[in-house]
Amino acid sequence: MKSSVIIFPGSNCDRDMDVALKKFGFENQMVWHNDAEIPKSDLIVLPGGFSYGDYLRCGSIAGKSRIIKSVVNFANSGGLVLGICNGFQILTETGLLPGILQQNKYLNFICKNVFVKIKNKENKYFKNIKKEVLELHIAHNEGNYFCSNDELKSIEDNGQIAVTYCDDKGNDDEPNNPNGAIKNIAGIFNKDKNILGMMPHPERMIDPFLSGEDGSLFFENLIGNV
Amino acid sequence: MKVKVIVTLKNGVLDPQGKAIQQTLNGMTFDNVSEVRQGKYFDIEVNESDENKAKSQVEEMCKKLLANLVIEDYKIL
Repeated sequence: MKSSVIIFPGSNCDRDMDVALKKFGFENQMVWHNDAEIPKSDLIVLPGGFSYGDYLRCGSIAGKSRIIKSVVNFANSGGLVLGICNGFQILTETGLLPGILQQNKYLNFICKNVFVKIKNKENKYFKNIKKEVLELHIAHNEGNYFCSNDELKSIEDNGQIAVTYCDDKGNDDEPNNPNGAIKNIAGIFNKDKNILGMMPHPERMIDPFLSGEDGSLFFENLIGNV
Repeated sequence: MKVKVIVTLKNGVLDPQGKAIQQTLNGMTFDNVSEVRQGKYFDIEVNESDENKAKSQVEEMCKKLLANLVIEDYKIL
């Protein structure tokens, strides 16, 4: 299975993602943002970081970079596109995912482990994961998901909420909301569920000695379904 | 010609920076400040002498890049 991780100026989770994808069996290649075409891939990943220094709005400049046209074409033809953290922000700025990631409600940069509840398993990203709650890592200043009421109704009706912030028991209520995100949303799909954007970093949770292995469950499942 | 654009958050959209600025101003004895909304200002030099053409180009820029219409409004001055 071939994957491509796109590197933008200011990406800083690209290498971690490369390590994670290779560990679970992907034949991964790194792709520069100024390339015109993505090499043949089964999965494209937009990694975390601070593309273009978060200028203008997070992900807005990367969302117009040269490579993005072929990412959009790949996504629109049903290809799997995963955006983590800044990658999620880029996906909303390209219009591939609805809504936007705003500044965290209490103005703080949040860097900690959180629990997220899997809300929809009828997709390639979470299909065969046995657990309902995963422990993952977040590190962001703009992770406060926002969309209009009409959009929120539409993403709820279409089962597009992927993961929500919760406690270890899966209570995804306000006390377990780290950043003010509407409905505790930590990640969403597009309508067809081939595009996933989420703030938590599964690539940081793949080592039993350093971090725990709930990220491993994510990648093991993903390679099995690609 | 130069075109000036202001981008602001839509009414009702949370503005934590504006709120922090307001609270700081209140703490500095500017007690009568009840709300601050922060925005962005752009000076855009367009190589175009026809004002209407330049402004309509800038309008496209606002829709496609300068503002995110999910949460922001733009005003061409």
